[in-house]
Amino acid sequence: MIYACHLDDLPQGESLRVMADDPIALFNADGEIYAVDDTCTHQNASLSEGWLEGCHIECPLHEASFDLRTGQPTCLPAKRPVRTYPVTVDDDGGVYVDATVSERITEGAA
Amino acid sequence: MRAVAVVGASLAGVETARALREQGFDGRLTVVGDEDRLPYDRPPLSKEYLLGKAETDDLALLDGDDEDRLGIDWRLGVRATGLDLRRRAVELADGTEITADAVVVATGAAPNRLPGTAGLEGVHVLRSLTDADALRADLAAGSPRVAVIGGSFIGAEIASACSVLGLETTVVEALDTPMEPVLGPRVARVAAGLHGDNGVRLLRGVPVSGIRGIGRVTGVDLADGTVVPADVVVMGIGAKPATAWLEGSGLELDDGVVCDTGLLTAAGGVAAVGDVARLRGADGTSTRPEHWTAAAQQPAVAAANLLAGTALQEYRRAPYFWSDQYGVRLQFAGRAAPGDEVRVVEGALEEYAFAAVYERDGAVTAAAAMDRPRSFTRLRRGIGRAAAPV
Ligand SMILES: Cc1cc2nc3c(=O)[nH]c(=O)nc-3n(C[C@H](O)[C@H](O)[C@H](O)COP(=O)(O)OP(=O)(O)OC[C@H]3O[C@@H](n4cnc5c(N)ncnc54)[C@H](O)[C@@H]3O)c2cc1C
Ligand code: FES
Repeated sequence: MIYACHLDDLPQGESLRVMADDPIALFNADGEIYAVDDTCTHQNASLSEGWLEGCHIECPLHEASFDLRTGQPTCLPAKRPVRTYPVTVDDDGGVYVDATVSERITEGAA
Repeated sequence: MRAVAVVGASLAGVETARALREQGFDGRLTVVGDEDRLPYDRPPLSKEYLLGKAETDDLALLDGDDEDRLGIDWRLGVRATGLDLRRRAVELADGTEITADAVVVATGAAPNRLPGTAGLEGVHVLRSLTDADALRADLAAGSPRVAVIGGSFIGAEIASACSVLGLETTVVEALDTPMEPVLGPRVARVAAGLHGDNGVRLLRGVPVSGIRGIGRVTGVDLADGTVVPADVVVMGIGAKPATAWLEGSGLELDDGVVCDTGLLTAAGGVAAVGDVARLRGADGTSTRPEHWTAAAQQPAVAAANLLAGTALQEYRRAPYFWSDQYGVRLQFAGRAAPGDEVRVVEGALEEYAFAAVYERDGAVTAAAAMDRPRSFTRLRRGIGRAAAPV
């Protein structure tokens, strides 16, 4: 479990990047916290810098979009999903990401 | 519609094939391409690929699933040499032809070369994977001194890669400030500063008068008498739409294949997409965006209009492109005109970290950013909504 931030640091509609072996992007989508791989599966861009709309994140480079609930791309040019990670928020508002049990999705599932 | 022929097997051609299938076309779909390989993505060629951080597989535009789903009849490694509009027949260099109900021209653009450089070793352009492999090999042989002719986007990216490779690099640019026609003077000056700050020499305001060398290049001559010694020379001096094969076909050609904002040409059943397409608006003004995003997004509009047999949809997106130089990501959207005011909305120009808008008469005409993707996207979305058809 990685301590990511305090809930206060991640208001609704905001995102931030957490350094891990592979950087992880955290989003507050209408009160729900999601964690996915930060690097777009298309090319080289950081999804935490993307455009959050509902529970979809649009990549800031070529506008691929991913469903934060599943990691699946919902439009081109990305074809492969990003990994999603379980998030826990403790009673004090601490946000933790379980980077070890990344919910790995088999490639080609898109 | 039973058969469509797409000429040009790159981004715009592939996206056309994809869009046609997605929109329900289940007839014969032929894609002709003169390169002897499956379609690949070009932007990484001057970025990760040149540095060896991406390989051929990473560039593929289609994966196995796509190939199964799209059911394309490939004609690769063969050039289209003519188009008979009356029969909608594409003539190929091997003497065969493909007749179809609709033809999509997606032949892109071919790089400009300085006269007298043909056959001179060590002189390169960068458009194709073959070009990139040749350049990569030359950059890896010894420690060549490199001269990049043209300091625009691709030239600047190549110079940036050369500096990462530790090569002595000079950029030669005819304009006083490279990229000024697109970025405007203020932002272009900032971008030009990246070269010097990263140990690359920028010689500007002087045109090239000749290339030196017999058999192999030894340097570049400038109009003011300066000689830039070089073992490798790369020409990044723009590209011309690949329309030679359409001369005499009856299609209107004007620095590109002229089409309407729905990507349809005046000849029924013929569309143009991507770098080769010149979109002419109802007011007579025209543009040929020459960016990745246009080549990726125009095909959906073209496919819809071809299948409908009339221009139901328009391509209305504001131009957008990005460029990675010296570890800085530059993004730009919209159209800046001379005299537009630049207002920085975040960060600072001189720190190579900013988001800025261009304004004219109180209206935003364009947005530019360096390493500020998030603010840039917000600004870009504002421009997208305000964009006129052309
Ligand atoms: C090195 C490089 C870096 C780039 N970087 C960026 C970037 O960072 N950002 C950005 O927005 N854009 C960038 N671009 C531009 C972008 O790649 C182009 O806009 C895009 O490739 C256009 O796609 P297209 O399919 O229209 O044309 P092209 O990619 O040019 O493809 C046309 C295809 O048609 C083939 N062809 C031509 N004539 C014939 C014929 N007669 N018969 C059969 N086949 C033919 C060509 O060989 C080619 O395969 C870059 C381009 C290059 C070369
Ligand atoms: S890098 Fe994300 S869509 Fe291309």
